[in-house]
Amino acid sequence: MSEPLVTVRNLSRTFDVSKPWLNRVLEREERRLLRAVQDVSFTIGKRETFALVGESGSGKSTVANMVVGLLEPSAGSVLIDGVDMASTKDPAKLKAVRSKIQMIFQSPFASLNPRWRVDRIIAEPIRAFGLMSDSREIAEEVGRLLRTVGLDPADGTKFPHEFSGGQRQRVAIARALASRPEFIVCDEPTSALDVSVQAQILNLMRDLQDQYGLTYLFISHNLAVVRHMATRIGVMYLGRLVEVAPGRQLFAAPRHPYTRMLLDAVPDLDMTGRARKPVLGEIPNPITPPAGCPFNPRCPLANGRCRTEVPASVTDALGTVACHAVTEGRLAA
Amino acid sequence: MTTPVLSVRDLVVEFPTRRGTLTAVDRISFDIAPGEVLGVVGESGAGKSMTGAAVIGLLEPPGRIAGGEILLKGERIDNLPLEAMRKVRGKRVGMVFQDPLTSLNPLYRVGEQLIETIQTHTTLTTAQARARAIDLLTEVGIPAPDKRIDAYPHQFSGGMRQRVVLALALCAEPELVIADEPTTALDVSVQAQIISLLKNLCKQHNTAVMLITHDMGVIAETADRVAVMYAGRIAEIGPVQDVIKRAKHPYTQGLMGSIPSLDATSDRLVQIPGSMPRLTAIPKGCAFNPRCPAVFARCREERPDPIPVGASQVACWLHSSDQEKAA
Repeated sequence: MSEPLVTVRNLSRTFDVSKPWLNRVLEREERRLLRAVQDVSFTIGKRETFALVGESGSGKSTVANMVVGLLEPSAGSVLIDGVDMASTKDPAKLKAVRSKIQMIFQSPFASLNPRWRVDRIIAEPIRAFGLMSDSREIAEEVGRLLRTVGLDPADGTKFPHEFSGGQRQRVAIARALASRPEFIVCDEPTSALDVSVQAQILNLMRDLQDQYGLTYLFISHNLAVVRHMATRIGVMYLGRLVEVAPGRQLFAAPRHPYTRMLLDAVPDLDMTGRARKPVLGEIPNPITPPAGCPFNPRCPLANGRCRTEVPASVTDALGTVACHAVTEGRLAA
Repeated sequence: MTTPVLSVRDLVVEFPTRRGTLTAVDRISFDIAPGEVLGVVGESGAGKSMTGAAVIGLLEPPGRIAGGEILLKGERIDNLPLEAMRKVRGKRVGMVFQDPLTSLNPLYRVGEQLIETIQTHTTLTTAQARARAIDLLTEVGIPAPDKRIDAYPHQFSGGMRQRVVLALALCAEPELVIADEPTTALDVSVQAQIISLLKNLCKQHNTAVMLITHDMGVIAETADRVAVMYAGRIAEIGPVQDVIKRAKHPYTQGLMGSIPSLDATSDRLVQIPGSMPRLTAIPKGCAFNPRCPAVFARCREERPDPIPVGASQVACWLHSSDQEKAA
């Protein structure tokens, strides 16, 4: 693999969800910490689509927010193009890196300002990064961007509410492209859309990737969508990255018991008539995670070591996996 | 065939607005047999939830049933007075909504809600009703039901809450359960549990199920027959295998192709151009004609009625010649 564009090292984020100080003193309660993300490391190569999947509360969106810099990591670092986003003090360098990153959010209803016309929304990153100053030039660029995402340049004068959900997501994509980014973080970009519209948006995102050489960090809970989009996939569970593998590999031969369970649980069109494997239990409360491997209470292979010791991530030819059963060879491949 | 549990004939649901009347559901007909699961799929705004609401008599005003009839075991229920309909609802027709947090009252223990519902529909004493409630909670797979019965809804996780809602819907042993997106708010691993639970319970009690969802995966696994809705009309209805594997309506074909699959190897998804028309601007003729790859003159003029093709019914002019040949 070429030099990675994004390197995430030992990223952690803790949220303090304690009651106020006075209550804690009076009720003699401990501080309560929610470890949303713990010790997550991965790299994303240029022009690659790296996907993070997991169920709600697994910390995938928190990782996304830390990668783009919307949240500060409690520990660990995010390097984009070799620049550490948290520790670099040189504002010019930071600005240069930031203009390379963009984000597409889940809900195109909430991510577009309802009082702004679409052309102003799309032009905002161009103005913010000072890419162009001539307003005629900017208008031309906005028109070009609208055409790129399959809308009409005349749509620029409309307000977001005049568009359907899919069209709004196109506007959000045009805005993300406006600053000519190299790296786009997509947080559940199609979860709010109907399947036929989802297909349009996913196809568009792939076309744009080929056209502009984009790198995606793709967050989704939908395994089929991830399978379709990603070159490599990271599976998250309760704030930890439990397995990273190339897409084809992960779906053909999942290794971590959680990944296996997740794949068995997905309803698929081809599963007609075949019963899904029953899944045991639910995700534990992240405020009081189980000791040892976070998956041990639901894992069919859990033993004493799994209940006490957090498994380290082990990388081999097939990918990275954090599971005692895999490293000990207890898991039949 | 035995009498269907639910029989909907030419149902029309309208919303009178200041700018004219919107037709949310436009002349749809279907049956559900005892113990059968009918999946109703479609994109948002296709009218699937509206159909469910019309059947159970919970249309939000000003929405109203403007035509057709709804028969439950052969009796009309669409024109019942409010009071009589209240007796049908819950007793003979159970309902499971999308969000379990909003369908349970947060101020009452789940036991109180179950007992209240049981006593509304039966003559059991409170003690008997409580015993029945515990049985129900056991049946839906809640661990330690004798203790959990005294817990409040917020003390349950999302999946457990949906189990409680399922118990509530089943407590009067209804003949029909309408489940409107029962698993949409849940994670996949929990979704699998709830779907298999719903399926097993209804098989055991021979309850008919109308399962409304936009998730074709859930339908593929659960439903016996599927109705695909588009712009308030049924585009195609038939056995689940036929609809998914051998879709006959161009819309269904596009819809199936647009779903990414777990073992997909193709680079591009099938894409239906455009989007579903708004209710204010449903095109003349077949509602799908502006987006249809196989459109011809007749589609733009005349609305197709469901035409039998194999075991399915397809509302598409492409199939009309088959019918003439057969006739």
